[in-house]
Amino acid sequence: MPGLIGRKVGMTSIYSAEGKATPCTVIEAGPCVVTQLKTVDRDGYEAVQLGFGERKEKNTPNALKGHFKKANTSPKRKLVEFDGFDGLNIGDAVGVDIFSEGEFVNISGTSKGKGFQGVVKRHGFGGVGQATHGQHNRLRAPGSIGAASYPARVFKGMRMAGQTGNKTVTIENLQVLKVLTDKNLVVVKGSIPGAKGSTVIIEK
Amino acid sequence: MDIIRELQSELVEMKEFPAFGAGDTITVSYSIKEGSKERIQQFQGVVLQRRGSGATETFTIRKMSGNIGVERIFPIASPFITEIKVNKKGSVRRARIFYFRERTGKSARIKEKRSFN
Repeated sequence: MPGLIGRKVGMTSIYSAEGKATPCTVIEAGPCVVTQLKTVDRDGYEAVQLGFGERKEKNTPNALKGHFKKANTSPKRKLVEFDGFDGLNIGDAVGVDIFSEGEFVNISGTSKGKGFQGVVKRHGFGGVGQATHGQHNRLRAPGSIGAASYPARVFKGMRMAGQTGNKTVTIENLQVLKVLTDKNLVVVKGSIPGAKGSTVIIEK
Repeated sequence: MDIIRELQSELVEMKEFPAFGAGDTITVSYSIKEGSKERIQQFQGVVLQRRGSGATETFTIRKMSGNIGVERIFPIASPFITEIKVNKKGSVRRARIFYFRERTGKSARIKEKRSFN
């Protein structure tokens, strides 16, 4: 689906015509530059590669420098492929005007990392037993993780403690409330994954 | 942050209200819709806190209705608020006077701030 790469700016609230306050997220998206066109003849599929965010020349590998030179553009920080665009050429700029107010988009980003967390925070477990009546050290424990001599192993995918957050999360069907073409801003309803300043992908 | 402020000034209309803070007694006039009719209601009470900044700032006011405490939180940019009147300036030492909730009767008084200009 067509989309853009952007940067999460932060959250605020805006008021609807009826005076209702709506929490919303502001995303600075585009203008993205077309850096490569994937074709069925050469690559086996159709896609458009977009680049976003400035990157210093000295921090760019030589291989990528050549890649950006072909598109006649400055080095970019993030490259993402999208399908569903037509009529674009290498070097073209794609802006927020591909979105319209009221339509629904999916937004992917990297969620805030929470480190190694127990099952209560990670999976919403309730802990084991009571806090009083002689109970001790089971308050945030996961409880049983399976039966004994049969199956004599722990099933794959058993929910346990571990790294929480810092992974790609997609929120589907977020409504676009405002598109400000002159400022390259998109305002969507609700929250999106990641910290302020993190890179996000908006797809129709 | 600057982008957000710029956006707020563009999308959210801020009205001019007199300055008020925690401890002040204010009257908020706000319009409410009942079916198709619209009328203005007033809420008078003591400001407990102002919270947040810019278009998302809110304030909490508390009044005693009979002997039941009623609190309302208003967004300062709410289009429903038509007027805010400061009835009394209170002299309090902190920005959020949550201790005021536990006070009743004589101890629930707030000294008036004197201004000499």
